[in-house]
Amino acid sequence: MSKVRLATVWLDGCSGCHMSFLDMDERLIELADQIELVYSPLVDPKEFPDSVDVTLVEGAVSSNEDLEKIRHIRKHTKILVSLGDCAVTANVPSMRNSFRVGEVLDRAYIENASVQQQIPNVSVPTLLRQVLPVHSVVPVDVFVPGCPPSADTIHYAITELLEGRTPDMSDRSRFGA
Amino acid sequence: MKQPSSRIKTLKIDGQDVGAHEDETVLEVARENGIFIPTLCELEGLSPHGGCRLCLVEVKGINKLLPACVTYVEEGMEVTTNSTRLQEYRRTILELIFSEGNHICSVCVANGHCDLQSLAQKLGMYHVSVPYRHPRRSVDASHERFALDRNRCILCTRCVRVCDEIEGAHTWDVSGRGIEAHIVTDLNQPWGESETCTSCGKCVNVCPTGALFEKGKAVAEMAKKRGFLPYLTLMREKRTR
Repeated sequence: MSKVRLATVWLDGCSGCHMSFLDMDERLIELADQIELVYSPLVDPKEFPDSVDVTLVEGAVSSNEDLEKIRHIRKHTKILVSLGDCAVTANVPSMRNSFRVGEVLDRAYIENASVQQQIPNVSVPTLLRQVLPVHSVVPVDVFVPGCPPSADTIHYAITELLEGRTPDMSDRSRFGA
Repeated sequence: MKQPSSRIKTLKIDGQDVGAHEDETVLEVARENGIFIPTLCELEGLSPHGGCRLCLVEVKGINKLLPACVTYVEEGMEVTTNSTRLQEYRRTILELIFSEGNHICSVCVANGHCDLQSLAQKLGMYHVSVPYRHPRRSVDASHERFALDRNRCILCTRCVRVCDEIEGAHTWDVSGRGIEAHIVTDLNQPWGESETCTSCGKCVNVCPTGALFEKGKAVAEMAKKRGFLPYLTLMREKRTR
């Protein structure tokens, strides 16, 4: 049996979901028999591959770069999983949505900076007006809420997908935990 | 208060034959018979409000859906509490509530102790399909011990009712209409300057979300204590008997 091609991506999030993924500990070794991790902040390849079976997305869509990435990923992924509250709800990154982008940048780079007060505009992605949950930009197949979802929750979701089933998240995870 | 002399009605809830006093609501009878109907604005010991619409049920022969918390039993009534249609509507109601305010559980004082959060999990609402509004609502931290974050308020009016009906102070009220509606203390004065507030904290403890909380609580620390409510109600019923 050929291995399932898995990818993980990190958009606007704190990497906590990836830490939780790593918290699967020795179960990662068992999963490695069935899965090939083809793209991830945890592995080396820099280009998202052409055909991926399952992609776990951590983080909300906050910048034009996030937007391009997630559209490209959706095109090349069979099953797209929103992993964690930032992907599912836009969570903490979306707390800037009550303010204008200019206000947020001023606050961070001018008001609160003691030296070199300037808003970065070279070689950094442009922020979108609003931080968005992944499913508001591209269709999402599976939602795994949690901040972060526990290692058990992630393990359950992945093993269910490997069995060809849609994970039932009731009693396993909720917003915020 | 249930009068022993009240007349008995018989009805069906989810196909189950049940008996009830005529002054009971569908919600009360369902609970007595172990049938779960989700609620959010309702709280045992307070008058029913009928605002959140999560307890909507189907009644045979009636075209519209009825809120179980304010619908009284009738002879021969056939009630359905959990059809696919009701499940969808309830999830949609939760989505609308989540999208209307700023309900970010991960950084909320009530994380893990929130009726809205646990109901979302229980009813299988795993994502919000409508756009979030991200309003910019005011916070009132002028009270010495408590604070109000209107961003997390779902306008259930539990605080208004407990303050009026149990504490007898009527400090809280709802001001404005529709999307502008918000809770206020006294005549829209800062909470800390309220002349009627007794600082009893009942509003904080009945609040289903992290909208009302004790100062000094960090994320997930605001567990609500509601044991006083059925106790006080019971003592008062005994006294008036």
